[in-house]
Amino acid sequence: MLRVAVVRFPGSNCDWDAYHAVERAGAEARFVWHRDTDLQQADVVILPGGFSYGDYLRSGAIARFSPVMQSVQHHAAAGGAVLGVCNGFQILCEAHLLPGALVRNDRLTFVSRPVWTRVERVDTFCTSAYSRGAEVRLPVAHGDGCYVADPDTLRLLEAEGRVVLRYIRGENPNGSVADIAGVSNAAGTVVGFMPHPERAVDPATGSEAGAGFFRSIAAWLPGGAARSTT
Amino acid sequence: MTYRIHIRVVPRDGLLDPQGQAVEHALGALGFTGAGSVRVGRAIELALDAPNAGAAEASARKMCEQLLANPVTEDFTLTVEG
Repeated sequence: MLRVAVVRFPGSNCDWDAYHAVERAGAEARFVWHRDTDLQQADVVILPGGFSYGDYLRSGAIARFSPVMQSVQHHAAAGGAVLGVCNGFQILCEAHLLPGALVRNDRLTFVSRPVWTRVERVDTFCTSAYSRGAEVRLPVAHGDGCYVADPDTLRLLEAEGRVVLRYIRGENPNGSVADIAGVSNAAGTVVGFMPHPERAVDPATGSEAGAGFFRSIAAWLPGGAARSTT
Repeated sequence: MTYRIHIRVVPRDGLLDPQGQAVEHALGALGFTGAGSVRVGRAIELALDAPNAGAAEASARKMCEQLLANPVTEDFTLTVEG
């Protein structure tokens, strides 16, 4: 069974949601404390949402130096899959595992509501269950979600099809450049986005729209293509 | 020798600074006409043991590049006080 490590930093608060979403999709979830360096042979590492280290200095800036992040760097360098959600996305950018940065929302307010997004890259470990262009309504909850990158980086991301998730026109909740909600590395093995699919996997909380991200993960074959999902 | 390092981090020019805009608007509302181009950043001060001022500055510059400022979004300046 595919194994997923959910990293817990001091201030993580979507760790249980991610754990639940993984298990519900049929994969095995394990928590890994940020001081540990053993990822327990995980195939996929999830950096969950929250406010690691109180967002001190910049969101994600301190978590990047947690001992576990050395292991995450090695895991990613070896082609292992890493997904960062919200604060996890901020950490991946601060750790230079993904390009760009997330700054204060353009209207300065914390936004917490569902927004419509479009899945634009589907050849990754966490998006294969969607068809390209699928429109998915996902919760967002963040104060620092405005994605920025220099023009050369943006051109590269677009040219290489590395924008994984994009806010549908008019739905952009934070001023992100080009309506970008999430990006990947070139290989598609490291993915980060601001919306919270783990909060939309269970009819009990009103939506299952995000379950496909975790079905993708559960069906993923490390080192190969995605299994056909059932 | 212990040096006092003063570091100033501001949003990079050209990057939208909604905090700066909000403060600029508030200054206008208070009647301070003519105030513009407000940027809100942060100041960091620290004591640093180093053999000389040049070494202190080089070390502080590395701190800024690696942690205290995000090179994607922020510029920094630093001064070393002997």
